[in-house]
Amino acid sequence: MPAYSSDAERLIEVGHLAEVQGRSLWADARTRFVRNKAAMAGLFLLFVVAAFALFGQFIAQYERDTIDFTLIGANMRQGVPSIETGHYFGTDASGRDLFARVVQGTQISLMVGIIGALVAVIVGTLYGAIAGYAGGRTDDIMMRIVDVLMSIPFMFVLILMLVIFGRSIFMLFLGIGLISWLDMARIARGQTLTIKNKEFVEVAHATGVAPFKIILKHIVPNLLGIVIVYATLLVPNMIIFESFISFLGLGVQEPNTSLGALISEGASNMAYGVLWQLYFPLIFFVLTIFAFFFVGDGLRDALDPKDR
Amino acid sequence: MTDPILSLRDLSVTFDIRPRGAWPWTKSLTLHAVSEMSFDLKPGECLGVVGESGSGKSTLARAIVGTVPSTSGQINFEGANLADMTPRQRRIHRRDVQMIFQDPLAALNPRMTVGEIIAEPLVTHEPGLGRADRKARVQEMMKRVGLLPNLINRYPHEFSGGQCQRIGIARALILRPKLLICDEPVSALDVSVQAQVVNLLRELQRDMGLSMIFIAHDLSVVKHISDRIVVMYLGRQMETASAEVITTRPEHPYTQALIASVPIPDPELERKRPRATLDGELPSPISPPSGCVFRTRCPKARPSCAEAVPPMIQTAPGHRVACPYHEAEDLLAASA
Repeated sequence: MPAYSSDAERLIEVGHLAEVQGRSLWADARTRFVRNKAAMAGLFLLFVVAAFALFGQFIAQYERDTIDFTLIGANMRQGVPSIETGHYFGTDASGRDLFARVVQGTQISLMVGIIGALVAVIVGTLYGAIAGYAGGRTDDIMMRIVDVLMSIPFMFVLILMLVIFGRSIFMLFLGIGLISWLDMARIARGQTLTIKNKEFVEVAHATGVAPFKIILKHIVPNLLGIVIVYATLLVPNMIIFESFISFLGLGVQEPNTSLGALISEGASNMAYGVLWQLYFPLIFFVLTIFAFFFVGDGLRDALDPKDR
Repeated sequence: MTDPILSLRDLSVTFDIRPRGAWPWTKSLTLHAVSEMSFDLKPGECLGVVGESGSGKSTLARAIVGTVPSTSGQINFEGANLADMTPRQRRIHRRDVQMIFQDPLAALNPRMTVGEIIAEPLVTHEPGLGRADRKARVQEMMKRVGLLPNLINRYPHEFSGGQCQRIGIARALILRPKLLICDEPVSALDVSVQAQVVNLLRELQRDMGLSMIFIAHDLSVVKHISDRIVVMYLGRQMETASAEVITTRPEHPYTQALIASVPIPDPELERKRPRATLDGELPSPISPPSGCVFRTRCPKARPSCAEAVPPMIQTAPGHRVACPYHEAEDLLAASA
């Protein structure tokens, strides 16, 4: 042993050794993710969709709420998608530029998905980690609350809320936020139960680190992998959920729109030969969902704790 | 005689076990992990605790550190009982009693760098320390335990088992504690690395004046590092004596069987020596045998053993045995 430490000291004295940067588990996961072709394609697609949502309005030739009255009724012939007229995606039934509308719809759909997932990650993770770490009666009470909330038919409640308090984007976000964290809380709690029995948590506890600090520094970083994977798979679910509500006509209201609302509108106009009103929003919808699922799968493979 | 730094008086730790899927109103079972342990630890002394798996060694360690509450009895650390410490005393206890663990990798948070891991006790107990000072202390400690200080930004999974254990030791010692509890610190390591870590611990103990409780199921390792040894069986103390006496003149039948099971690193001798191995399994700590807990496997058991828990008898200065039928077995004479 002394030989080892003197060797170490000699090397330090020589000064040849600069500080070595370690490879964290996150860095390892990043390498694995980058190597995954499907996931990288998904990520690229996601960037394209996001860029479309963010900057599409600068490319659009028309305002999204300008109605071209000359086109109403003549949509099938004059509203077709074309580069020349500037209506790249054609026009909708009210003679508005569909390109601008799809940009806006994508924006709102992405926002719904991401806000739902964010609420789930922040509230759900902390709630689950606290319940799991506290254990005993606190855990019982906290998880029974989740069980009760889960047993409420939320779709019915959300529809009721939208009907009673008026249909607004805010109500929609509130409704989605209220239900999205429940599953996450359960997942986080389950993970916490295994992590809290690890010895490094015991060491921290024995040294006297405050419980909330243990949760933030030792538990949450170790369950974040699973949480991130679940969150990326939650985003498309939220988008689908919102689309369903909008499809029913209860979600986002005019003049705002979402991909679900646009698809709903396009579907009802199918009979008039204006198919582009359906397939443009549909393409963006499908692409977004697919991209999220691929990225989620890639993250799951990259962050899989068994790979350590 | 100096005051003991740690003294245990009739310490018992029990756990309530609920059978899986039981109704909320069914009575829970009681698991007796540690029963009526008493011993003193003098400053600078190293006390070995041996016993087979499930004999309550780790629970004993956790009770002393304070992560597991004691059910009855006292744990006196520097004269204050752990159960009725003020928050201030408790903080000091937490700083002065540190622990290292069996699985070196599991004891290190995989998301933190080595520097962050070793600095954590410093951040908790000396929050006023500046960033640069803290780093200097961490690097000094790393050097001390034989790690290159330039590895401060590495992550635990980039180290070998022995190195991970050194990180664990560095973390435990950075606050200069008075008592170090080692819960099987070397049983997960290679034999060659075991020797390095044990020697490091010994060296550090001497240099820093540490008191130490060294837990292991491997008697040969414990003998090497300890001044005194406590033999545990099913949560109870069987025999206490100096390391030399335990390994050469054990008096309790369990200790004798334990010594007999230590392999001799010489095939000739190993084959020739008489075997007095134990039959059967460790009884369940949920319903331990009445009277002497060892009677179900004891070669010397007689009906009276079931009647009462045998008290610890002093047979020589510093040598206590929990068996009324103890008799010395001179191992040195037998092997000669």
